Amino acid sequence: MPPRTLGALAGALAWLAAGCGGAGETTVAVYAAASLSEAFEDLAARYEAANPDVEVRLNFAGSARLAAQIGAGARADVFASANGATMGRVAAEGRTAAPPALFARNRLALVVPAGNPGAVTGLRDLSDDSLVLAVCAPEVPCGALARAVLADAGVDADADTAETSVRAVLTKVMLGEADAGLVYATDVAAGGDKVAAVPLGPQTRFNDYPVAAVSDRAVAAHFMDFVLGPDGRRILSDHGFGTP
Amino acid sequence: MSRRPPVGVLAMAGVAIGVLGLPLVGLLQRTPWSSLGATLGEAATLEALRVSAVVSLAAAAVSVMLGLPLAWVLARLPFRGRALVRAVVLLPMVLPPVVGGIALFFALGRRGLIGRALQNGFGVDTLIGTTAGAVIAAAFVAMPFFVITAEAGLRQLDPRLESAAATLGAGRWTVLRRITLPLLAPSLAAGATLSWARALGEFGATITFAGNHPGRTRTLPLAIAQANEAGQPEAAIAMSVLLIAVSLVVLVGLRHRWLAPRRRWPEPSQEIPSP
Amino acid sequence: MSIHAEIQATVGGFAIRAAFDAPAGTCTAVVGPNGAGKTTLIHALAGLVALERGKIVLAGQVVDDPARRRRVPPERRPIALHSQHNLLFPHLSVADNVAFGPRCSGLAARAARRRAEEWLEKVGLAEAAGLRPAQLSGGQAQRAGLARAAACQPEVLLLDESLAALDAETRTDVRHLLADLSATRVLITHDPVEARLLADQLLVMETGEIVQAGAPEEVAANPRTPWTAGLLGVNLLSGRAAGTEVALDCGLALTTATPMTGPVLVAFSPAAVTLSTAEPHTSARNTWEAEVGRVQPEGDRVKVFLGPPAPCRVWVTPQAVGELGLEAGSRCWASLKATELTVRQA
Repeated sequence: MPPRTLGALAGALAWLAAGCGGAGETTVAVYAAASLSEAFEDLAARYEAANPDVEVRLNFAGSARLAAQIGAGARADVFASANGATMGRVAAEGRTAAPPALFARNRLALVVPAGNPGAVTGLRDLSDDSLVLAVCAPEVPCGALARAVLADAGVDADADTAETSVRAVLTKVMLGEADAGLVYATDVAAGGDKVAAVPLGPQTRFNDYPVAAVSDRAVAAHFMDFVLGPDGRRILSDHGFGTP
Repeated sequence: MSRRPPVGVLAMAGVAIGVLGLPLVGLLQRTPWSSLGATLGEAATLEALRVSAVVSLAAAAVSVMLGLPLAWVLARLPFRGRALVRAVVLLPMVLPPVVGGIALFFALGRRGLIGRALQNGFGVDTLIGTTAGAVIAAAFVAMPFFVITAEAGLRQLDPRLESAAATLGAGRWTVLRRITLPLLAPSLAAGATLSWARALGEFGATITFAGNHPGRTRTLPLAIAQANEAGQPEAAIAMSVLLIAVSLVVLVGLRHRWLAPRRRWPEPSQEIPSP
Repeated sequence: MSIHAEIQATVGGFAIRAAFDAPAGTCTAVVGPNGAGKTTLIHALAGLVALERGKIVLAGQVVDDPARRRRVPPERRPIALHSQHNLLFPHLSVADNVAFGPRCSGLAARAARRRAEEWLEKVGLAEAAGLRPAQLSGGQAQRAGLARAAACQPEVLLLDESLAALDAETRTDVRHLLADLSATRVLITHDPVEARLLADQLLVMETGEIVQAGAPEEVAANPRTPWTAGLLGVNLLSGRAAGTEVALDCGLALTTATPMTGPVLVAFSPAAVTLSTAEPHTSARNTWEAEVGRVQPEGDRVKVFLGPPAPCRVWVTPQAVGELGLEAGSRCWASLKATELTVRQA
């Protein structure tokens, strides 16, 4: 092998290996529901700025999947769930180090593609079968919330697709493939100018997010305090979350 | 006759079996056998099984019908840019299926390249929540498997046999029907089986492009993912075992005929004496 | 069914130019060294190779004429081709292989099967009907391939070294079979004896061109190139064998090294004969006195034609001509070793 090839190979290996080494002295592993992605990335950056010796490792997925990972023995320090039921299961398995605390509140939003091609003006329009409607599957928190809200409004809507992730609902609306979608209020911003929210009026149903330390390391409690503290509240609020 | 392979080869083969087989063993070990029957008997599971069967078979059929002419063109028709076309054909094999699903939107969706034509010409408003959409998504990821297998088969075929048939008076269709296709049959069957298996396990492109609608697009993989997301791992495992069982029955059943491509005609063993 | 061919074609950068005519029912043998373009010639007749220029007419039907943009595909030409590679269809039984052509010509399955069985019987493969091609020996496969082509009952039968893999005995049978066919035949062969026995017309091809054409005896007597002289120049005499003694039709008796009975052909090279002025006393078993016909210098050697009792050609050195006083009308003694004789069943 010519020396230059060897050198290139060594360089490539060094580059590949670079991501594998640990940088900070202490790390805190935070498992957060997918709908918290942008907010928790901000939180982590702010936390790391305030605590330079700590590295925050984020893991985003559906709450149920995260709970399953924690149940299977994943080394998580903090778990932020999108609903109480999932957190309840983790607590029941004895994985939580301290009682969970509610830290954020989300509500349902009705989104349509820019220009509103389906001329959707409210929940009532969703009973129209010719409309392509995307919602979350009933088994995931956003789907449970959507069905409860529709039931409250007395709307019999047949969803064309039941997504396992709220962001998949948003994607279909952004692409204009669905005429309407039911997502979290916090997701509307992620849709940019490709989606518009249809006002739903005052709401009575919410999704409250609990957070809990799932290891007894000091840094876990410290990060939780940060989330529940004034900085945390402000960042969550900036991303559209309410207070429980 | 056959010599034993070196120890190193045996060891590596053992590791390979472990990599492929251990997850399966793990799954079976965690399977809730006692409640398995109840889970599988549920109407929703049977419905997903039915949708899976319809979608995977239709996708395999589409792969064969469109993939065979494509394989023929790739194997037999020399043209500029053939290497590029072949790469494009194989792209779905490396593309993350979710990206494939979104790409299908860009082509066939309401705002896609030919979406308007679909709407005006065929009255297709949306493929979300339709079985046709699920078949298209599954065929998109499954067809490359058929095309590469069929193309390899065509390349191995001695073209002189087809010429010989022509000099004996066989027209194009006769050559195709009596010579080319029969000689190609093992490759075609292997390719069809592979593409069917890929379609059966398809998830990402289907849920992205066709959505998740019970009875229409919710195949077993979608139902499994949904059960998993919903924190019902037992149901997910039970349906996975069902999927594995169906696949194993078919793959083992076909093995003798097609997947181990033995010669379908015997080796010269019993020569008859010259008169 | 006659053939009129003016062929200009190129395959893989190799160009051939060849023109010939063959009257209906005749056999044309094409000989020449490897790579001379013989197979390309036959493929052009079959339609597997397109003409660049020229014209092919089979029984008045123009099957290839690039100037008029006319080209009949192989399956619609009145031909059948047998190639030296046999190319039997591996997924069909031997009988189905042979029945393939008749089926394509529109014959019903049962009739096609019957014709296949007739032809397998003719080439001595009746018992092999149910076997797969992979179960046949080389010689059997060749006979099956030949039967498959012949069963088409084509007006023009194209044979590319169809006898090469056969043993001597089978070869004779098949040669008789081919000689009896009514089809116009074009045959590629490497065997000069075969060429001379079967052909009404001989085409010698070298480097893509026909360098000589004519009746086999004529070409053998007056070869125009060294290759033709070397291969086709052999002397060929017919007679009847009884053990190692052969009574030639011309009256002379020869002793051979190969015992045989019945009608035979005896072949020997012009270089194998030694000439002398007096009766030789050598170990050679065959000697005779003959009259010298023509004496013809040919490059660095001289060809001497001997007259009765055994007309043949002999190569000698120019010095020998002077020493022996060889000239037309003079007499000399010829001697020939038994081991130099090749004997074949006629």
